[in-house]
Amino acid sequence: MKVLSCNNISKSYERGKYALKDVKFSIPAKGIFALIGRNGAGKTTLIRILSTQLLPTSGRATIDGIDVTRQENRLREIIACVPQEARAIGWLTARQFIVSYLMWRGFSGSEANKRAVAAAKKLRIEHYLDKQNQKLSGGTKRKVLVATVMASEAEILFLDEPTTGLDPISRDELWGTLMTLKKDHFVFLTTHYLEEAERLADKIGILDGGRLKALGTLDELRKKVKYPYCVKILSDVKIEKPKVGEIVKGVDGHYQIVTTEHEANRISRKLISKEVRFSMSPLTLDDIFYYIVKKPIEEENYAEEESR
Amino acid sequence: MLKRNRGSQLLASILVNAIYAMINYPIVLISTLLAPFSLLIVITFVSHGTLLPVAIAGALIMTMIAAGTSMQQDLSHLKNDFKLQDMIISSPTSAVTYLVGMALSEIVYSIPALVVLVILGAIYISTTAIGYLAIAAVLGIMFVFAVSLGFLLSTLTSDVVQSWAFAGIVSTILSALPPVYYPITYIPLPYQYLAYLSPATYAAEIIQNIIGLTAFSGTTILADWIVIIAVATAVSYIAIKKARWREN
Repeated sequence: MKVLSCNNISKSYERGKYALKDVKFSIPAKGIFALIGRNGAGKTTLIRILSTQLLPTSGRATIDGIDVTRQENRLREIIACVPQEARAIGWLTARQFIVSYLMWRGFSGSEANKRAVAAAKKLRIEHYLDKQNQKLSGGTKRKVLVATVMASEAEILFLDEPTTGLDPISRDELWGTLMTLKKDHFVFLTTHYLEEAERLADKIGILDGGRLKALGTLDELRKKVKYPYCVKILSDVKIEKPKVGEIVKGVDGHYQIVTTEHEANRISRKLISKEVRFSMSPLTLDDIFYYIVKKPIEEENYAEEESR
Repeated sequence: MLKRNRGSQLLASILVNAIYAMINYPIVLISTLLAPFSLLIVITFVSHGTLLPVAIAGALIMTMIAAGTSMQQDLSHLKNDFKLQDMIISSPTSAVTYLVGMALSEIVYSIPALVVLVILGAIYISTTAIGYLAIAAVLGIMFVFAVSLGFLLSTLTSDVVQSWAFAGIVSTILSALPPVYYPITYIPLPYQYLAYLSPATYAAEIIQNIIGLTAFSGTTILADWIVIIAVATAVSYIAIKKARWREN
């Protein structure tokens, strides 16, 4: 089985300041792996290192035994990447863009065209193939980029925030595409949409401040949190400390209590009697994320890394 | 493993950066056709036609240099605005294949102007077969120098605005300083030294000697050849070794 392995990968753009620090993990290179984290967490830096665009300051990474740093040309035979903020070239049509990329990878023009059409059909964008990219909607432009790498022979696809900026419907359509892709590719994606990771990923990594805080399936991540239930307080009220569990500040500034099912029920009854608005559910990835990172995801803390 | 077609890899750059642009926006053909003629027309009229042959040769040199400046801006645009370079890095296309393909695309882009200039050259420039070959060699060397410099600078820029600044500086050094449209003797002496800062001056001296407009000594012309070959080799070497392909 193919394995992606990072062994103490660190990256420093300035002396003493680390975008990544001793990132160490090993995952099977199959299905979808989602790396989540806030802006500046180090996601783009890691994906750029693994897709051979950036050298790490220290550490070693391998994919299927191929060293990312020393055997980059071998690795480039089997990978493709859609960088963050990538755009299909505006003055080209979707077909011209996909065909050119495939020709850059060494396909003949006719084979590239066949593959472009097949990929476009899979993503249901074949009607847009001969339209200029600049005239396409944001969602279709993104699909053109995904179709471009999907049409290649690459087995491993790196997608850096592929759905950022899309409306919910376009995002949902692209998620469908990614679910199709994972049947015969390994997709390594970064996102700060936790729902995206929850819906798509077979394994999830949580990166914060350049360090890998947690890694596993959603169920495995749930087990990292001591308590399986979450009560979100939606009203602006002072809350008591639970008998069992912990309080974490949520994204909107409201508090959430991570606790046992029994304690969640008890707190709920009390909140109902006080007419406090709240919701109660088993832990979602959002809750796990807040619990692990202890900070709301939208709290901006841009590091230099994200603007590169 | 897929047997990769090197010809396709080169053709991809030519398609994206020249042919598709011309097909999708035919106005590009007119623009590229007119580009080298503005100074040629001015010099020809001002000199009452006497400098027409040298102006044609100068326009050919400037077309080669413009290819490098254009390449720098094109590559910067594709790299910074579309993130194309990052997509290419994470693919089996090597930096050299990408560079050569893009360089060829600039030649293809310049074909309309080159065709007209070559026809004019054949009519108004009279020299021997060896003379024509020497002119072609000088133009080839200037092209290698210009595209290598363009590639190097494009990989160092992180924004198109920065790229425009580089292009402005390079354009001034390579286009305004050297006397490619007229003999160097037309420039007052203290300023001639400034002109020699540009490799285009040495290229112009060789071509103007071939045409018979100037009569530099054999030693001077030999030195000119050495300078342009050395500069082109050095810049190409630096471009391949120091261009920022995979970032540190």
